[in-house]
Amino acid sequence: MATNRDSNWAKPVDKLKVQKLPAGVINLNVQGKQLSSPLRGFGQMWQKTYSVRLSGASVTPEELITVWKAEFPNFWPSGNRFYASGAGVKPGEVAVLNLAGPGGLTGPGGTPLISTGIMVIYADETSFSFMTPEGHIFAGMITFSAQDDGGTTVAQIQALIRANDPLYEMGCRVGVVHKAEDDFWHATLRSLAARFGVNGMPQQQNVLVDPRVQWGEAKNVWHNSAIRTALYMPVTLVKRVFQRP
Amino acid sequence: MSPKPNLHLTVRHLSHAAVIDIVGEVTAHAENALMDAYTRASSGGAPLILLNFAGLEYMNSSGIGLLVTLLIRANRQKQKLIAIGLNEHYQQIFELTRLNEAIGIFETEAEALAIS
Repeated sequence: MATNRDSNWAKPVDKLKVQKLPAGVINLNVQGKQLSSPLRGFGQMWQKTYSVRLSGASVTPEELITVWKAEFPNFWPSGNRFYASGAGVKPGEVAVLNLAGPGGLTGPGGTPLISTGIMVIYADETSFSFMTPEGHIFAGMITFSAQDDGGTTVAQIQALIRANDPLYEMGCRVGVVHKAEDDFWHATLRSLAARFGVNGMPQQQNVLVDPRVQWGEAKNVWHNSAIRTALYMPVTLVKRVFQRP
Repeated sequence: MSPKPNLHLTVRHLSHAAVIDIVGEVTAHAENALMDAYTRASSGGAPLILLNFAGLEYMNSSGIGLLVTLLIRANRQKQKLIAIGLNEHYQQIFELTRLNEAIGIFETEAEALAIS
């Protein structure tokens, strides 16, 4: 018997479909890809929890999540873009991401270093979750939530992730990828807190859930979105030249 | 203080398996209770752990995350994890999140024990 809360979940999909996007979006590595749960990635599995207390702000967890869903792209660090259709953060929605590199590094002409995506798999009044596609840096889930802690609303981002392939895992092991990921979500939480007038300092807790790599998933490198975006770069630049007035 | 989870877990030990009967909601607040139940279920050295979802009222995405970490713990112990009693909606959720690729799904306890 279906309940109202069943609609908080997306329906299963075999392959992702991208809806109409604004002009100028680099739409790569999403259409036709499968979702990658944390069980499918190559690298070590990490649970990373980022949080910020909105001390002094008069906002409930439900109000915070309503704003976070509605204005989600606005809290992202400069150079990183989140493109969804008009439906926004709703179960089943597929978004295209145009991501800068560490420190906001972009390609020639400000082009993104990685074009990838996510699918919204779950959303309710106090949380929403994304799952990543093949080729994304990470195979896994990320949950954005808010809860009341002694009268103060705490915003939290929790990622349960593995590097999708050996190349991304090497980036993790030398620290570059993990630092970029941490910087990204710390900046996001600071922006979110500032939206409510709070100068919040994000906290972080990491748990190594599975220290083993999954060699059977090394083939995921075929879908590596950083490589595919780079290979497509000449086409991107030519298109931009011919789009200029 | 974390809210009390709306969850009741019981552990039954069978000859070659242990069953965790889940009644209530599996959300982030269920972490301690679920991991404690798994520890109790594993205490007898059972190679097979059945998660009985017949009494499940609701599971959100954090609950799915807990099942992933539970699966990793079971794999480390060389245990097989099986789900029974999932309704059609949650079978779809297992398919959406690819949990069905790692956790066997059976209708009943008898079927799971017969095939495993």
